[in-house]
Amino acid sequence: MENITLSFKDVSVAYNADKLAVIHISADIQKNSITSIMGPSGCGKSTLLRAVNRMHELYPNIQITGSIELNGRDILSMNPIEVRRLAGMVFQCPNPFPTMSIYDNVLSGYALNGIKIQRSERDQIVETCLHNVGLWDEVKDNLNKRGSFLSGGQQQRLCIARALALRPDILLMDEPTSALDPIATSRIEDLLVELKKEVTIVIVTHNMGQAARISDYSMFMYLGELIEYDKTEKMFTNPSDKRTEAYLVGKFG
Amino acid sequence: MKSVTNRIFKDRLLKTGIIVLSGLSCVPLLLILGEMLLKGWKQLSWSFLTQSTPTSLEAMLAVNSGERIPGGIANGIVGTLIMVLIATAIAVPIGLLCGIYLSEHRKTRFATTVRFLTELLQGTPSIIIGIIAYLWMVVPMKTHSALAGAIALSIMMLPLIVRSTEETLYLLPASLKEAALALGSSYRSMVIKVLLPALGASMIQWDPTRPSSAVSLLIWQFYNDPNLNSMIWSASLFLLLFVLLLNITAKQISKKWRI
Repeated sequence: MENITLSFKDVSVAYNADKLAVIHISADIQKNSITSIMGPSGCGKSTLLRAVNRMHELYPNIQITGSIELNGRDILSMNPIEVRRLAGMVFQCPNPFPTMSIYDNVLSGYALNGIKIQRSERDQIVETCLHNVGLWDEVKDNLNKRGSFLSGGQQQRLCIARALALRPDILLMDEPTSALDPIATSRIEDLLVELKKEVTIVIVTHNMGQAARISDYSMFMYLGELIEYDKTEKMFTNPSDKRTEAYLVGKFG
Repeated sequence: MKSVTNRIFKDRLLKTGIIVLSGLSCVPLLLILGEMLLKGWKQLSWSFLTQSTPTSLEAMLAVNSGERIPGGIANGIVGTLIMVLIATAIAVPIGLLCGIYLSEHRKTRFATTVRFLTELLQGTPSIIIGIIAYLWMVVPMKTHSALAGAIALSIMMLPLIVRSTEETLYLLPASLKEAALALGSSYRSMVIKVLLPALGASMIQWDPTRPSSAVSLLIWQFYNDPNLNSMIWSASLFLLLFVLLLNITAKQISKKWRI
């Protein structure tokens, strides 16, 4: 059990009463691994991901049932603010805070949470986090420039650094490379493989190649249901479900 | 082939027409500016900005001996500054909070009502707001004051600030808000540390032309005093240049801070 970071237990999410977007999903996510969630548009993968850091509560009328445990704690009974600090999120479009410098963007999690830290410690955090995302050498002379001046790929790495700065237990990524060019994408993929030593990663992706390249485990979702969840190698070579196979060979989606 | 030449000709005709008409739209401003420069430049000097309005007698003496009228419009400028400061201090906090509320709760009945009322307020002619400020402030206090003017000005500014806050916030990408909240931010620090700075950056283009009121009042005074007539032009010229300067500054700032 100690190797499990995140555990979905019979989780359902409903946008309105008569239609479930995520239907009775149970799954355990292994610690220090990359788990990808694949599936055609509208299959509920982002919905499932956003249930983990309770983003659904920002919008009215979304119901979540079942339970989600993060390192053994039931996150649905925790304060959402605390949950979001433990579960970092990276979005589809790079979204560094446009009015903050690169330096302040990395530390924005602390600033927004009102956590006071010493100057030297701040410098340390910024340097470590930017190093971790391979951005340090590119931006170390421009730390006071605003984040929005960076290229899309750099911005996305900055967003990853920003999420990592709070030392989350898990990093949730919602199609983090779909707005990026192939070179930036490949840098982020390399980065994720490095990062899994530090943090458990769950990544929603449209890109099957990406899932195959970087993930240790893969989930295949279809119409809100979890069709198959297995080691990536196994799923891509010998899927157990016909629908998974059909999706992987490009028959639909 | 003939039809192609014909089409090119028509195309050119239209293009020329557009250029000529766009040029025409600048003509009124240029004419006004020219007129003011011709009649007003003589009065413009450093002391025009730093000294108070002369009395009618002083002006008459100067005009009769063919000299430049002494004094300037410093009182008008200071009055404008005081009024704008007070009005801003009143209208900006209320307007910002109201705008934030409206953009966060766009569809509640209360928000709809508030939005409708601010639209009405925006459409209220300034003369009516002026009369109300007169009734509420000038009559009880038995004197004209910058405070009364500031209250009227703040009532006029309020709907503008509410509307532009709401619109600007609505146009900010939702992901910005989500990014802050996903970091564990409370709603309050998200508003203060993310929304408001982003708002400030994109809202500097507020119409800066309104707060010129006290100088306009002086122009009216000059108009009513034959001896001071020639100061109308210099004061107007100042006003125009001031507005121009404000506009250019606002454009530069918003360019620099564009999101």
